[in-house]
Amino acid sequence: MEIKILGTGCANCKTLEKATINALAEMNIAADVEKVEDIQKIMSYGIMRTPGLVIDGKVVLSGRVPNSTELKEIIQKHQ
Amino acid sequence: MTIDFFKGNKGKIFLPLVLLPVWFLLYHFLQPLTDWLVFSVFGMTKGQHLAEALWFFIFEFPKVMLLLTLIIFFIGIIRTYFTPERTRKALEGKKTFTGNVMAALLGIVTPFCSCSAIPLFLGFVEAGVPLGVTFSFLISSPMINEVAIILLYGMFGWKVVLIYIGTGLAIAILAGWIIGLLKLEHWVEDWVYKTKVGQNLMEEEKLNFSDRIKFGYEAVRDIVGKVWIYVALGIAVGAGAHGYVPQEFMAALMGKSAWYSVPLSVLIGIPLYSNAAGIVPIVAVLIEKGASLGTALAFMMAVIGLSLPEMVILRKVLKLPLIFTFIGIVGTGIMIVGFLFNWIF
Repeated sequence: MEIKILGTGCANCKTLEKATINALAEMNIAADVEKVEDIQKIMSYGIMRTPGLVIDGKVVLSGRVPNSTELKEIIQKHQ
Repeated sequence: MTIDFFKGNKGKIFLPLVLLPVWFLLYHFLQPLTDWLVFSVFGMTKGQHLAEALWFFIFEFPKVMLLLTLIIFFIGIIRTYFTPERTRKALEGKKTFTGNVMAALLGIVTPFCSCSAIPLFLGFVEAGVPLGVTFSFLISSPMINEVAIILLYGMFGWKVVLIYIGTGLAIAILAGWIIGLLKLEHWVEDWVYKTKVGQNLMEEEKLNFSDRIKFGYEAVRDIVGKVWIYVALGIAVGAGAHGYVPQEFMAALMGKSAWYSVPLSVLIGIPLYSNAAGIVPIVAVLIEKGASLGTALAFMMAVIGLSLPEMVILRKVLKLPLIFTFIGIVGTGIMIVGFLFNWIF
């Protein structure tokens, strides 16, 4: 599983990165988590709101930080 | 994406129905309650400096927090119907002026934070939204702020709120329209037009009504949780000034007779950055102590509409001359508003 956090370094982007790592640990899922800060790369995913969450190349969330229950659901669904 | 686990939370939908009557009771009896607390329980006398200051804080702070909680809850729900993606679609290929008007209006309701300014700007420009129309959005979005609207309503009433929204919209529409006429595309950083914006393959979230209510709660938690401290600080400063600063103290400096106060307030306000929640109570006291409405309004708009941190973010996509043109046109617009209202009232 390959997870990318898209964000230029705003507070919410850091929150989402931490939350994702925590959720993965709690769910016992091994995944590569990468933070993408380059704006041109971020734009290649077509999002207009940061932070964005990309799982295996697919944007699954943008513009908000979900709570941990919802985040786990999202990860589960796209596993 | 359906969010199944919220459907179990039926209680969350009915909770507002229970809380609403409580809200109205509290709001209705706040003034007698404050009178009773300050003059009977604390045993203070009307007219004392400390009594006036304390009364102001004990009355205004809960009042503003009640208004904020209720209205932000509904705004949170309304905003689930507007996303930047939909706004962009609505603005694509729009001719100028009509586009400017729509962009300024959508700027009020589309949820947007300045940290997303770059992806939003790129997303708009790449989709063929004209530069001037994009600017109308970028101006109205921070300038017409929901927290400021609620606080202005709480402290001045509807008339001032309408003036604020009306003039804010006029500035956003006209400034964007002028920037469009000037054809300043060459002052946008070159890499912007070379960037390839990918197709967003994310399916749009399908929300049912209980999801939207959940977003209402989230908006209250996020916004009220963040601004309450600024509201408290702003009203505390306001309360101190209300009780201790003599009437007409600001009249010489920011009154109608001092014409230079409008440009001066705008010049001071542009680099200043404050949360809208903190600036409105201070503006309220400036007016109470003799500042004229136009000058105070211009100061407030300059503080929340134009800010240094936002310019630093926009500098990544705009060359310096365009940043200065942008500040110049919007700043001039705010000054005209200030002069206009000093002249009318």
